[in-house]
Amino acid sequence: MSLAIDLATIWALIIAFAVFVYVMMDGFDLGLGILFPWFPAKADRDVIMNSVAPVWDGNETWLVLGGGGVMAAFPLAYAVLLPALYTPMIAMLIALVFRGVAFEFRWRAQRERNPWDLAFAGGSWLAALAQGIALGAILQGVQVEARHYAGGWWDWLTPFSVLTGVSLVIGYALLGATWLVMKTEGSLRDRAYRLSWLLLIGMLGAIVAVSIATPFLHVQYTQRWFAWPNIIFTAPVPIAVAAVTALLLRALTNKYDYQPFFLSLALFALSYAGLGISMYPFIVPQSITIWQAAAPENSQTFLLFGVSVLIPLILGYTGWAYWVFRGKVRPERGYH
Amino acid sequence: MFEGWDAVALARAQFAFTMSFHIVFPAFSIGLASYLAVLEARWLLTGREVFLNLFNYWLKIFAVAFGMGVVSGIVMAYQFGTNWSVFADKTGPVIGPLMAYEVLTAFFLEAGFLGVMLFGLKLVGPRLHFLATLMVAIGTLISAFWILSSNSWMQTPTGYAVNADGQFVAADWLEVIFNPSFPYRLVHMVLAAYLTTALVVGAVGAFHLLRDPHIAGPRVMFSMAMWMAALVAPIQILAGDQHGLNTLEHQPVKIMGMEGHYQSHPDGAPLILFGLPDQQEGKVKYALEIPKMGSLILKHSPNAPMPGLDTVPRENWPPVPVTFWSFRIMVGMGFLMFGLGLFSLWCRWRGTLFASRLLHVFAVLMGPAGFIAVLAGWITTETGRQPFTVYNLLRTAESASPLAAPAVGSSLLAFVIVYFVVYAAGVTYLLRLMAQPPHPGEAGPSHEVPIRTAGITPAIEGVTQ
Repeated sequence: MSLAIDLATIWALIIAFAVFVYVMMDGFDLGLGILFPWFPAKADRDVIMNSVAPVWDGNETWLVLGGGGVMAAFPLAYAVLLPALYTPMIAMLIALVFRGVAFEFRWRAQRERNPWDLAFAGGSWLAALAQGIALGAILQGVQVEARHYAGGWWDWLTPFSVLTGVSLVIGYALLGATWLVMKTEGSLRDRAYRLSWLLLIGMLGAIVAVSIATPFLHVQYTQRWFAWPNIIFTAPVPIAVAAVTALLLRALTNKYDYQPFFLSLALFALSYAGLGISMYPFIVPQSITIWQAAAPENSQTFLLFGVSVLIPLILGYTGWAYWVFRGKVRPERGYH
Repeated sequence: MFEGWDAVALARAQFAFTMSFHIVFPAFSIGLASYLAVLEARWLLTGREVFLNLFNYWLKIFAVAFGMGVVSGIVMAYQFGTNWSVFADKTGPVIGPLMAYEVLTAFFLEAGFLGVMLFGLKLVGPRLHFLATLMVAIGTLISAFWILSSNSWMQTPTGYAVNADGQFVAADWLEVIFNPSFPYRLVHMVLAAYLTTALVVGAVGAFHLLRDPHIAGPRVMFSMAMWMAALVAPIQILAGDQHGLNTLEHQPVKIMGMEGHYQSHPDGAPLILFGLPDQQEGKVKYALEIPKMGSLILKHSPNAPMPGLDTVPRENWPPVPVTFWSFRIMVGMGFLMFGLGLFSLWCRWRGTLFASRLLHVFAVLMGPAGFIAVLAGWITTETGRQPFTVYNLLRTAESASPLAAPAVGSSLLAFVIVYFVVYAAGVTYLLRLMAQPPHPGEAGPSHEVPIRTAGITPAIEGVTQ
């Protein structure tokens, strides 16, 4: 595992960062929709929606940056992966359409049973499932011939990809539940605590299951994780997962406000690092490395210039927007 | 299902469908974001409550339209990869960075400040709130800059080389971004967005004036919209003419399609007003034409020679019937807008701007004209580029993903069903909002009110300055 820092590696890190920010921010956002069935009361749902209404659009923009970034920096990977993941991608886009418009539409509907609540919940479930399935399909490898996807129509659907799909739904729901713990009060928050317990257990089960299944997919993954000397670098990952889990259990027991959400994010970050360790240096596992997919150098440098200036700026004003809407959402008084 | 269909034709249909349904929202949002910034600025400068009421009234409409633009835009961002993977691979090194810059400089700016713009007036105060409104408005314009640069490069590619893998590579980024048709297309589209919004605002104002000519909010919005239409419609006709001359220089075959010039005219081309272009026979049937006028408009000389499609191999012909008719629809709408602007100036001069029912009915009927013109214009420019995705360099048929027809057909069917459901609802809610006149003490979308209802929200106490 050579760690030569070149343009392609820098870009791989940038894309990885953009996708992770997306998972972090839209994760709790989708999680709220996944949890909708457990919060049937209209008043609770209004509060849940108001807790993310000011920021959801910015959260979703990271997904556009991830896609656009791959097309710009690794066009070959973009051209291979999207046809390979055709069905889950179309399903995700349609799901995002439904849940995105629900933010405005649900206030406008005049019916008693609000159809846009269903659109928000269903869209969130489907989008999370599709993203998780896409992740599993990428991990298990994609067939490529002569710069084209060469696999079958249903290659993306395997027991492993269903496992990663369900895992991501559980993980996003955990982020959503701990977000509610942070942003709400009263009976709504109590219910979010109880759900957080269950979802944490579910998430740990998912992490274990995916971790056991991944090395069996390809011998390359096994070597990456267990061969000497790599194990020096990979062993800390499961140890850190155990440590974060212990802290998270303590935070939930003591009914802390902020810690559950941020520790859940840490759990995501560790799982994500594990994925990175497995995949590097492939961008399309078993077929295309980041160097083979890299755009010509002048495309990568031209965009790198903008990214290095603009991403810190974006993080700055996005942070400001979160700061403006900080604190608890109250149904009757707004933010104060 | 869809066995035996042409996968490329289905992919093109999908692009046309999703693009058409998407573009109307950015066109409306670009204009409306600027209009909202003007309204808020006037409120801050004058302190007159009518401007705050109008701001809050149009803000609710903006929120719905913007949300629909965002979700249909994400579909577009991924469609290059799903249905046009060869195009994405070959043009990614050039177009990819332009679109990524759009995300970095525009989408984040809009999304980041939208929350404060919609919900934050009481939290951050009027000045910071105005900054947020301004950022959203600037974001929409930056977005237009990058996406039109990408599209213009596909129409008039310059500043590129081709590498060993058959990919386009930027040789000179400035030449890529500021390619020959870009300045014209940018001006034409931004003016179109402003006109589209002015016509919608004017139609809503006129609708309420027909019911009650003395109501304050609609009077102000109608007057502002008619100034905009009267000023911008003639400028847009000039900009369109310049854009056409630029197209003649760089994409002559597109002009042949727009004009229906199947035959060459060595001593002056006519202007075909109407007719039925027949692609098989290669001529325009039942043509109603003005002799020499085509050369006069395009070459500023009645006897200038104009080559026709008979000088172009058939496999490089655009679909003339579509390009020809969509162009005429766009131009027709443009002249109707010009007429509305003139009529409003006449009424203003006579002092009957708020009293002339004829003007108000005309303005209401013209409400959708901007959308029709935008769609027709995009159909003209995109079909006129056919059969290429990158003009003369990459064929549409060679740009598509290696997918079977059932895959593309199924996703197309799914998008059609979903868009019709979402659109029907969205348009219903927008019209419902517009059917209410703006009220004194109009509340914006606010966290103060737990349950937003359609139309009127309970008034909240005004913002202290």
